[in-house]
Amino acid sequence: MSNDAPETGAFFARDREWHPKPLTPGYKTSVLRSPQKALLSFDNTISEITGPTFGHSMLGELDNDLIHNFARNGESAIGERIVVHGRLLDERGRGVAGALLEFWQANAGGRYRHKRDGYLAPLDPNFGGCGRTVTDERGFYAFRTVRPGPYPWPNGPNEWRPAHIHFSVFGHGFAQRLITQMYFEGDPLIARCPIVRTINDPAAICQLTAALDMNATVPMDALAYKFDIVLRGRRSTLFENRLEGN
Amino acid sequence: MAQPLDYLKESPSQTAGPYVHIGCLPNFCGIAGVYPADLGHSMVNARTRGERITLSGRIIDGTGTPLRDAMVEIWQADAAGLYNSPSETRGTADPDFTGWGRQAADPETGLWRFETIRPGPVPFPDGRLQAPHISVWIVARGINLGLNTRIYFPENEAANAADPVLSRIEHKNRVPTLIARRDGAAYSHDIHLQGDAETVFLDI
Repeated sequence: MSNDAPETGAFFARDREWHPKPLTPGYKTSVLRSPQKALLSFDNTISEITGPTFGHSMLGELDNDLIHNFARNGESAIGERIVVHGRLLDERGRGVAGALLEFWQANAGGRYRHKRDGYLAPLDPNFGGCGRTVTDERGFYAFRTVRPGPYPWPNGPNEWRPAHIHFSVFGHGFAQRLITQMYFEGDPLIARCPIVRTINDPAAICQLTAALDMNATVPMDALAYKFDIVLRGRRSTLFENRLEGN
Repeated sequence: MAQPLDYLKESPSQTAGPYVHIGCLPNFCGIAGVYPADLGHSMVNARTRGERITLSGRIIDGTGTPLRDAMVEIWQADAAGLYNSPSETRGTADPDFTGWGRQAADPETGLWRFETIRPGPVPFPDGRLQAPHISVWIVARGINLGLNTRIYFPENEAANAADPVLSRIEHKNRVPTLIARRDGAAYSHDIHLQGDAETVFLDI
């Protein structure tokens, strides 16, 4: 965490045209799980401005290394070894320091280590599929993993998810809480995916597509992808007529 | 023409999907040995100040079926109405209370459950008090952007009637969708995603 005083301003309003809408019938499960009534809007109170934070001290040594954090001693996960790195920013372009990122993914064959995943591609005995890290004082993060495989899912009769890594992101306020997915540059399945297409704006889809980053590779070891994540910005409190405290 | 506003755009949300547990609750879904415990599993310890309560419920889809793959997070003030957050400037919250919890819906019944404490009241930006409440965030397969709602307590009738957020609900017959049912120290609260009983969701 930086030495700057914690910020206490309300967050910029969410652009709900940019985010996917709740009802996106091409993604069938959304039909019965989408609210039909309008949301109740109000400016952030302290309940939304505050949020949990997690220190670097809670992290285990291998938490950001999915190649090894589930592997037997001396072994490692099978697949295309990659580094995923980037910066957590807010909409003002400021790095978000000390923020928890959690990630999960299928293995190189597209199989998840989850009871409900019945795909015939096998589990990798050395791959669990979960990891986490905390951003540094400028908002940077990195982790190592294997590139996940695409997998079929029962939506349309022949639907395949593009290779993707799920991200759960905490900022500094509960209203910044976000879960999203990272896709890989050049994957022809991206444009076909009904979950990707819950997003209307092509520029928003680009924002979820990580670029191959040859400058960050580890020669003779791992390729690299760069994926920056943006959370809601905060208003300044300079001119608010807020009655601080009680 | 004018100068461009050089704000970035928030990363767009995507569904948490059916396997959210792998990343957020790995021990719950059988991935042992990576983390010592699932984050947010426990909110209180023996020294936590305040009245212990349990909060449980289900999330129900448009056919009346409980979601069995949802994940629920709650965020709340401590017994004195202080948040355990660096952005809390009014005082220091109880260090023995996290204020944040995370639970999965049961894979068979869809029931989720938190062991927590009764929160104190916190102020609205204009200084009025808000009634004691717990903020809730829900993600699941089929939910494209996490849903925010709140849970209030049924015995706080006067405070609820004066609450600045509840007061903004135009259709008063929808206010009860944010108020839990009480049975002693146990509160239950079903969240309906759509239909006549649809819970009030918040744009915060």
